[in-house]
Amino acid sequence: MPSYVITEKCDGCKAQDKTACQYICPHDLMTLDREKMKAYNQEPEQCWECYNCVKICPQQAIEVRGYADYIPLGGSVYPMRGTDSIMWTIKFRNGVIKRFKFPIRLTAEGSVDPYAGLPEPDYSKLKQPGYFNYEAKKE
Amino acid sequence: MEKETCTFSYCQKPPVVEVETDFLIIGGGMAACGAAFEACRWANPKKIRVTMVDKAATDRSGAVAMGLSAINTYMGGNKVADYVKYVRNDLMGIIREDLVYDLGRHVDDSVHLFEKWGLPIWKKGDDGFSLDGFQARDAGKPLLADCKSDEEREKLVVRSGKWQIMINGESYKVIVAEAAKKALETNRQATGVAQNHFERVFITKLLMDKNKPNTVCGAIGFSTRENKAYVFKAKAILLVPGGCVNVFRPRSVGEGMGRTWFPVWNSGSGYAMGALVGAELVQMENRFVPARFKDGYGPVGAWFLFFKAKATDSNRDDYCANQEYIAEAKKKYGKYVDAMGTAIRNHFMMEAMIRGKGPIWMWTNEAMANISKLMVEKLGEKEGMKKVKHLEAEAWEDFLDMTIGQAGMWAANNIEPDKVPSEIIPSEPYFLGSHAGCAGFWVSGPGDIQGAPSHWFWGYNRMSTVNGLFMAGDTCGASGHKFSSGSHAEGRIAGKAAIAYILDNAGFQPTPRENVDELIAEMYLPFEVYEKYKTYTTSPHHISVNPYFIKPDQFQKRLMKIADEYFGGVNTWFKTSATMIEEGLRRLQLLKEDANRLAASNLHELLRCWENYHRVITAEAHARSILFREESRYPGYYYRADKDFIDDENWKCFTIAKYDAEKDQWTFRKEPYVQIFPD
Repeated sequence: MPSYVITEKCDGCKAQDKTACQYICPHDLMTLDREKMKAYNQEPEQCWECYNCVKICPQQAIEVRGYADYIPLGGSVYPMRGTDSIMWTIKFRNGVIKRFKFPIRLTAEGSVDPYAGLPEPDYSKLKQPGYFNYEAKKE
Repeated sequence: MEKETCTFSYCQKPPVVEVETDFLIIGGGMAACGAAFEACRWANPKKIRVTMVDKAATDRSGAVAMGLSAINTYMGGNKVADYVKYVRNDLMGIIREDLVYDLGRHVDDSVHLFEKWGLPIWKKGDDGFSLDGFQARDAGKPLLADCKSDEEREKLVVRSGKWQIMINGESYKVIVAEAAKKALETNRQATGVAQNHFERVFITKLLMDKNKPNTVCGAIGFSTRENKAYVFKAKAILLVPGGCVNVFRPRSVGEGMGRTWFPVWNSGSGYAMGALVGAELVQMENRFVPARFKDGYGPVGAWFLFFKAKATDSNRDDYCANQEYIAEAKKKYGKYVDAMGTAIRNHFMMEAMIRGKGPIWMWTNEAMANISKLMVEKLGEKEGMKKVKHLEAEAWEDFLDMTIGQAGMWAANNIEPDKVPSEIIPSEPYFLGSHAGCAGFWVSGPGDIQGAPSHWFWGYNRMSTVNGLFMAGDTCGASGHKFSSGSHAEGRIAGKAAIAYILDNAGFQPTPRENVDELIAEMYLPFEVYEKYKTYTTSPHHISVNPYFIKPDQFQKRLMKIADEYFGGVNTWFKTSATMIEEGLRRLQLLKEDANRLAASNLHELLRCWENYHRVITAEAHARSILFREESRYPGYYYRADKDFIDDENWKCFTIAKYDAEKDQWTFRKEPYVQIFPD
């Protein structure tokens, strides 16, 4: 189910410090055509349909069209990812529409303080089971 | 063919960035993030430098990049010894029980941290029904970390199976990455290093030390964004770039080639890079062939375990209860049939398909109808249907959190799971050490597990047979069923051990044995080859028909064809034999030689060239391990058709493989299996 970029909506992230889809794609697929200042998926047959480019695009310019190998035309799955939840719209080929909303995180983005309230390491235990903050289970 | 070398006569020599660090983490997934979190805490007071290098963006890299709908390894109120038995059972009796036990006794802390960092975990409501992460918070349910006992935690979580808990995991990786990145930030503050987190840098090879024998001392790689090569020097390395996908030709060969079950960016880099420096591999004959919803490869776990859906052949027979299949299988595979692990269930599914009883159907509609009936009976029409609606959302969330394409597959086919069943099928083979597979490296155990042989411990937990080179997650072998939480937990175990190793070897000065300039030239060879020959034919770069070179996608398709047809892919129902493997290896050898003619027209293709080179080495380790093991240890995943039986007398042992890159020779040995935990 490769992602595609809608020409009219993509602005090449001109106003951003980086091209969002290119930044996030785990498989290095999204790239920017610098002449046109439009992004595109350069290798659709290596696309895992993870939707990270779709979720991150500030212009909502990226969508997904089902793999030509086996997906009939006409359906779509589209997310709107907010700060604490995500809303999905699923459109069936026959027109049925389903909408779902799910939590994505309980804390504000960027608020993680990894060692807050956790002990300093005890080097006498460096070669024993357990972590700096946790004693391994005994059974 | 004449051997090509890169003298930078045709392509531009990249500027070289040298990075000196102490602990280098190669990868950015769950294991890498766990390692960064744990190691930085131990490293900071000692001013030990920790560096992470990721080929992607850490927020969305690794196997959890899309998200997950469950955490599959959480002990809670269960006993760790029972976890060991479950893993042993599913992996056909051969696992490193010391490693698995060690993982089990640590894993829960990672899960508790995930929740503290913001991961929504489902909880049981007072009425016994499940609450999502928000509802649980609003109902005042405590965080798992704040519970007083494991018994209390066990009562609180929503189990889909004995070891699995349900989550709202769309942002699982983003949350875990945030903690890792912040941990790395504390390390920068403690050491004064300006940069210790590199994204979009792909590591191609490890470097061995000139003065200390059999000791790793660094790695080289390149930026996939700018013309820049990297040389990392380190005292210890954690090699965690994931498993391997797209070695075998997948069932979808057009656009859908990337719609693999495990993420397609797992390129075998860990297996290959470790093998190339002589680290011993274990159970590389193991592969995982997950049975999933056909084509979309959506997860079936929640449907089987949580919604209690049944799967049958097209005659409505439960293929796992077919007496004919069971009797036949018992003759070949003995007691392992009774254990009914994942491999054996695959075997029975294929038995039905081969006999013309396909497609195999998962009766999602009947499962939903049963649940609806139960709800209405229990709660009355109005409240019952409200719960059913919630359940329907939960069923869709299972896909939308982790296999969005499956939702698209259903939508485009007008499949509503509460109305019609869906087809399931065994997919194609994958290599991994984290999920229901156990391919990886032979590593030192924790050393304190009673009953483990003393030679399974060589000083540092999760260190491979190469000094200073640590493994976790997909690269730590003979110990599957870690999943996301276990990979994080194992990364922490390895990260902590690596810090101990660095402190014990404080005077070590990493000095690469190899000539780094030559290695960088080799790394850029695909550019040199392309630029040298590109004008010989009229083909534009994306077509590239040229007798002097091979593009990475062409190279990959050749590999897939060999693997599929000779090493037991979907094409032969996962069957192979000694003679088939030997012929496949002959073809693979020629492909390995042609790697010298891989050509790249841009940085993206250079990445693909090296990823596919790593895949070839992984494929060879796999094929040769199957050849060495003269039995069919994992029926349902692969069959040696010439040795179609399980032979415990001779083969209840580990398969250890070692590669000598200089001589291009593989050697194998058996390592006796030791049962530590009684049946």
